[in-house]
Amino acid sequence: MNYRWNWSILFQEPYFGWLLSGLRWTVLVTLCACSIGLLLGTAIGVARTVPSRAARGFGGAYVELFRNVPVLVQLFLWFYVLPELVPEGWGRWLKRDLPLPEFWTSIVCLGFYAASRIGEQVRSGIEAVPRGQLSAALASGLTLAQAYRLVLLPIAFRIIIPPLTSEFLSIIRTSSVVLTIGLLELTAQSRQIENHTFQGFESFAAATALYVAVALVATFAMGLVERRMANRGFVARGSFAP
Amino acid sequence: MSTFDWGVIVRALPFLWEGMKISLLLTAAGIAGGIVFGTMLAVLRLSAVRPLAALAGLYVNTFRSLPLILVLFWFYFLMPLAVGRPIGALPSAVTAFILFEAAYFCEIIRAGIASVPRGQVLAAKATGMTSLQVLRLVILPQAFRAMAPVMLTQSIVMFQDTSLVYVITLRDFMTAASVVANRDGRVIELYCFAAVVYFAICFTASLAVGAKSRRTA
Repeated sequence: MNYRWNWSILFQEPYFGWLLSGLRWTVLVTLCACSIGLLLGTAIGVARTVPSRAARGFGGAYVELFRNVPVLVQLFLWFYVLPELVPEGWGRWLKRDLPLPEFWTSIVCLGFYAASRIGEQVRSGIEAVPRGQLSAALASGLTLAQAYRLVLLPIAFRIIIPPLTSEFLSIIRTSSVVLTIGLLELTAQSRQIENHTFQGFESFAAATALYVAVALVATFAMGLVERRMANRGFVARGSFAP
Repeated sequence: MSTFDWGVIVRALPFLWEGMKISLLLTAAGIAGGIVFGTMLAVLRLSAVRPLAALAGLYVNTFRSLPLILVLFWFYFLMPLAVGRPIGALPSAVTAFILFEAAYFCEIIRAGIASVPRGQVLAAKATGMTSLQVLRLVILPQAFRAMAPVMLTQSIVMFQDTSLVYVITLRDFMTAASVVANRDGRVIELYCFAAVVYFAICFTASLAVGAKSRRTA
């Protein structure tokens, strides 16, 4: 194997700046997509557990639809097909006037995709709450909406923090797909550095290290959230003294 | 908005089928290679030799924090260097899929091994089996049976992920659809058709997995 190492390339401009900018986009897209996914996913998860048959059917259909189509296909549908299907004025706005169309498409696409996966976690969290909790809440005079907001969801979220962490980690990885519509996130930037300098080892190693670092930070942050919520919340693991 | 022209799909079907064969080939290679290599990794991770277990753990955790696209880029770049001459996108994609999926299959199989009761191992040892025999005849068959639904689900995810070879312009089903879409200016028809095909395959497969795991449960 014949290869000229040059690690210093990573710290030269413009390549150092490219990596940083790529990292910023990856983190930004992931955070936005996770926020959308968490909000929408909670709604989907709730819909799948309420008594209404129509809501359960809608939630189930949503999950199956978004889980069984590859993210890349979903992204192309949002980016290339949607502007053609909406009324002409909207399509023109999406294609021409919307600033940063790649970014908005990316977070919407990844957010809707994440919602299907987070929705399943939320549903399993709600189903893991002992049935007596809902009965007791309703018996004490809470409406169904109040029971969800004040009793079921706070407990469910605490239960699902560990699987939710791996969902967030998976969104970090999945976010690299947005390079296909031209958003220069971390993977795209490392690829671009390779194209410019032919130093593939160095640029891909840098991206690898940064992804591992981001995953570690995210895991650590979710650990903090878990501990913070466990302290003042639901009675668990011997924190309750009768 | 122009009118839909579904004829363009019919005319492109032979071309799309060639792409689908690549997608299926990648999936099959990823499943076969991933399970074999993943099983070895799982056994290493559980081995009593600490450095080996740590090394396997490092491998699995690193691959599991990387995007598949980055791994595809890595091997697209590395393979020609390693072989010493230019090779096509297909061998590097196959290698990337096997090594990437092995990390995920490793964790699934590890969970399966952990679900086998300890007494089984002790009983097998007491009958005079060697460690390798215990692994091959007692632990792994039970681990695979317990984890079959999860492994099938992972395979469905992998089939969807084969669409990502688009980034190294390997002509799988998705890339073929995109080639036709751009050549004929028929973006709506082709991408909707791709979505429907992927959905039909993956939804049917996941229904089958669900039915099977309910029957065995």
